[in-house]
Amino acid sequence: MAKVIVVTSGKGGVGKTTSTAALGAALAQRNEKTVVVDFDVGLRNLDLVMGAERRVVYDLVNVIQGDAKLPQALIRDKRLDTLFLLPASQTRDKDALTPEGVERVMAELKKHFDWVICDSPAGIERGATLAMRHADIAVIVTNPEVSSVRDSDRIIGLLDSKTERAERGDRVEKHLLLTRYDAARAERGDMLKVDDVLEILSIPLIGIVPESTDVLRASNIGAPVTLADSRSAPALAYLDAARRLTGETVPMTIPGEKRGLFGKIFGRRAA
Amino acid sequence: MTKVLTDTRSIRIKGRSFLALVLSPEPPLDGWLARLDDLASRSAGFFLGRPVVLDVADIEIDRAQLKNLIDELGKRNVRIMGIEGGRPSLFEPGMPPAMRGGRPAPDVEVPTLEAGADAKAAGNNEAAAVPQLEQQSARAISSIVIREPVRSGQSVIFPEGDVTVIGSVASGAEIIAGGSVHIYGTLRGRALAGSVGNSSARIFCRRLEAELLAIDGVYKTAEDMAPNLRGQAVQLWLEGDSIMAERLN
Repeated sequence: MAKVIVVTSGKGGVGKTTSTAALGAALAQRNEKTVVVDFDVGLRNLDLVMGAERRVVYDLVNVIQGDAKLPQALIRDKRLDTLFLLPASQTRDKDALTPEGVERVMAELKKHFDWVICDSPAGIERGATLAMRHADIAVIVTNPEVSSVRDSDRIIGLLDSKTERAERGDRVEKHLLLTRYDAARAERGDMLKVDDVLEILSIPLIGIVPESTDVLRASNIGAPVTLADSRSAPALAYLDAARRLTGETVPMTIPGEKRGLFGKIFGRRAA
Repeated sequence: MTKVLTDTRSIRIKGRSFLALVLSPEPPLDGWLARLDDLASRSAGFFLGRPVVLDVADIEIDRAQLKNLIDELGKRNVRIMGIEGGRPSLFEPGMPPAMRGGRPAPDVEVPTLEAGADAKAAGNNEAAAVPQLEQQSARAISSIVIREPVRSGQSVIFPEGDVTVIGSVASGAEIIAGGSVHIYGTLRGRALAGSVGNSSARIFCRRLEAELLAIDGVYKTAEDMAPNLRGQAVQLWLEGDSIMAERLN
């Protein structure tokens, strides 16, 4: 049974696209058929991070408007044959997305894939609400600073009211992915600590990705960070997060803090 | 010139409900106006001193017709305080404002021929309307309980009574209660208690980090709050025109 994940945040620049690519590649590496869908119509970036920008012919909007068939628009990754990309259109805007069209495309993707990962645009308007509309699971990407946390809180409220699941009286499974975390700065008080963020948002934590130059390097060479260097600290964090998404229990570590020094950092979970 | 902005007295803003008469014109408008004249002849002063709202949701009307209708009603001494159910394009400056969010109330009895064609009928109606209102407010004392966090951007509005939240109220969220507000968690957003004019309403929270607090229209922003209350379990109430606070143990 296919699972639809939305990667969302409200705020821009927190790492939604990076996380979509990294989680998508991590799930595909487990031999599960995965597609990453770019909902950021007009400001697409996922194709660059996936290194597929020179192979885009048709896009999501073409499929929605019936100008192309879904298999024509899907781009298979050159490194992993279980990983696919459905790019967004760069020449259109979010009004080109229709609720009916998105519903049709999502239904078709669910037939062919194990995981459908939707990369939401920033904001709370049409693009973002349509990206979350059909989600079973939401990954809320948050930076450890107050504006990002408040925007994430707003998005969680929308996930509980504007999604198809919420309208059926069901719930979207929500997970917090804390990105660009710097333990030293959090300790100095320049950044919110993990516990502060968890206390405010009160949703379970799925991973802590450290601030790292590896992320930028991976984007520049057009590879998801989990494929570019699977030994790097951010890659390890994303690989663990992907395992947790599939239901495995993996002990949580805070990057930059010495392992085992504090017993409480293992199995950290919020209500 | 510098203005002194340090006056600590705050401006009081209150909510109040009135029972408005709602007129729903039916086409053809000429015929409807004639029937209105007929009603007025039976009971002079029926609309006098009463708030009247014009409901145009069910009729096809353009701006010129609406303007004309308001003028016609004005000639009959019926002054419209607001228009309900109109498209934004219907309005122009100088017209009564658009109204939204009205709650239905029982039909107001229109004086009939049998009830007597004098002003006494109007008096009777007024007498009948008042106990009805009191009955409503007596029945309305109630409360709601919210069992999950109130997220940024969400607002809980409950003029009928108390609001209890089992969880936190996020920065950018608001709770507006006719009665008291109880937060079993951290209050980071806004809490407005006694919003329909209830000075005995209180605010309780397990941890105070609020952006704004108000009781019966008297408000305090985060800036005006005593710093030693931050992060504490606190209750707030009103004494005269000032909000008092005390730590809960």
